[in-house]
Amino acid sequence: MALAQGAVATVLLSLAGIAVGVPAGLVFALIRWAKIPILAQIVAAYVSVIRATPLVTLVLLIFFALPGIGIPVDPIPAAIISLSLNTAAFNCEIWRSALNDFPKAQVEAAEATGMSPVVAFRYIIFPQIWRISLPALVNEITLLIKNSPAVAIVGVVDITRAAVRIGAQTYDPLPPFLIATVMYAVIVFVFVKAQASIETAMTRKFDF
Amino acid sequence: MLQEFSIVLDHKDRLLIGLGNTVWIATISTILSTVIGAALAMALMSRHVMLRRAVRVFIDAMRCVPFLLLAYIVYYGLPSLGVRFDNLSAGIASLSLYNAAYMGEILRGAWVSLPKEYAEAGEAYGFHGFKLFHRIIMPSLVLAAVPVLGNQVIQIVKDTAFLTIIAVPELTHEASAIQSMYYVPFGAFVAAIALYWLICRMVEFVVQYTEHLADLRR
Repeated sequence: MALAQGAVATVLLSLAGIAVGVPAGLVFALIRWAKIPILAQIVAAYVSVIRATPLVTLVLLIFFALPGIGIPVDPIPAAIISLSLNTAAFNCEIWRSALNDFPKAQVEAAEATGMSPVVAFRYIIFPQIWRISLPALVNEITLLIKNSPAVAIVGVVDITRAAVRIGAQTYDPLPPFLIATVMYAVIVFVFVKAQASIETAMTRKFDF
Repeated sequence: MLQEFSIVLDHKDRLLIGLGNTVWIATISTILSTVIGAALAMALMSRHVMLRRAVRVFIDAMRCVPFLLLAYIVYYGLPSLGVRFDNLSAGIASLSLYNAAYMGEILRGAWVSLPKEYAEAGEAYGFHGFKLFHRIIMPSLVLAAVPVLGNQVIQIVKDTAFLTIIAVPELTHEASAIQSMYYVPFGAFVAAIALYWLICRMVEFVVQYTEHLADLRR
């Protein structure tokens, strides 16, 4: 039962991280792609640091340092902020590589027909890059899920933490650990399966 | 905020001990996981169907489990089967085993795209079996896979931070200790993150240098 609650926590935290991290990564990537001065450099530094930062250390920093500058934060928001900051950096790189590979001729054609940059992005660029980025984004989502037990260090009870608790109560930790392993496998499998079916649907719709 | 950093600087000894531990734990785990990963890659490329299937199941299972869960299984779970580790060896064992699965997959990927002529030329010169792998295939694999292997090493460095949860005195653990004694969360964890960043830049530097050497050899 505790494991089921842990599973809900793991899934909801991951979904929150995805909901914030994927669009934020796109915004960061656009900032670098458009070479907006100063902001682009800040994003580059942020990505470089976050890619080298263990999630455990990031969660500890957010949870303990934010109250120090006058922003009180509970474990669950701290977990969501950390997961989002972490995954946004990796998603930024995924979006950026899709943007860098995007044919320049199409952007120029959109400009020539009088589209504003926003309209061109909405109708020309975005519909193509999200399909190219999808496999890499889903791969990053599975990494996010496998990293999520880091939030247990500030007391969030996810699958892993729930399994440890049950093991400590029953003095037989192996069964809850094995059930937890299966739960993670199922969650990861659902995301990979969803990606595959979106891809099939897209191939059928656009036939390429 | 500056005051926080000066307190952390006063206790830089602890931070540096943590840094040292993180570096050597990551180094040993990298070596062990590369060796085990090479063995797994050999098994994946072997002619025995059963061996191939068994190793495939092991690798896929490892890639589903979060690292922390594996560390818990090794540290808390295995004693009930009669295998007992202290926290440091449990940490190194789980890091090596976990990343060996990824290393195995990386090396297999490089092996599949390796030109057949390499192995054939080796055989023509009289290399067989393990010697062929060790002297001909393995060096080309490592050179071809260096950038991806480098990413995995960075992953290992970051995974060591999980070991603070089983009380291994690595960098994050020491930063945590300093912060809980003097309440300097910002200084302690930002210092730790800066050190992690330095380690990762160093790994990236080694990767670039190796690629440069590989280019010269070609």
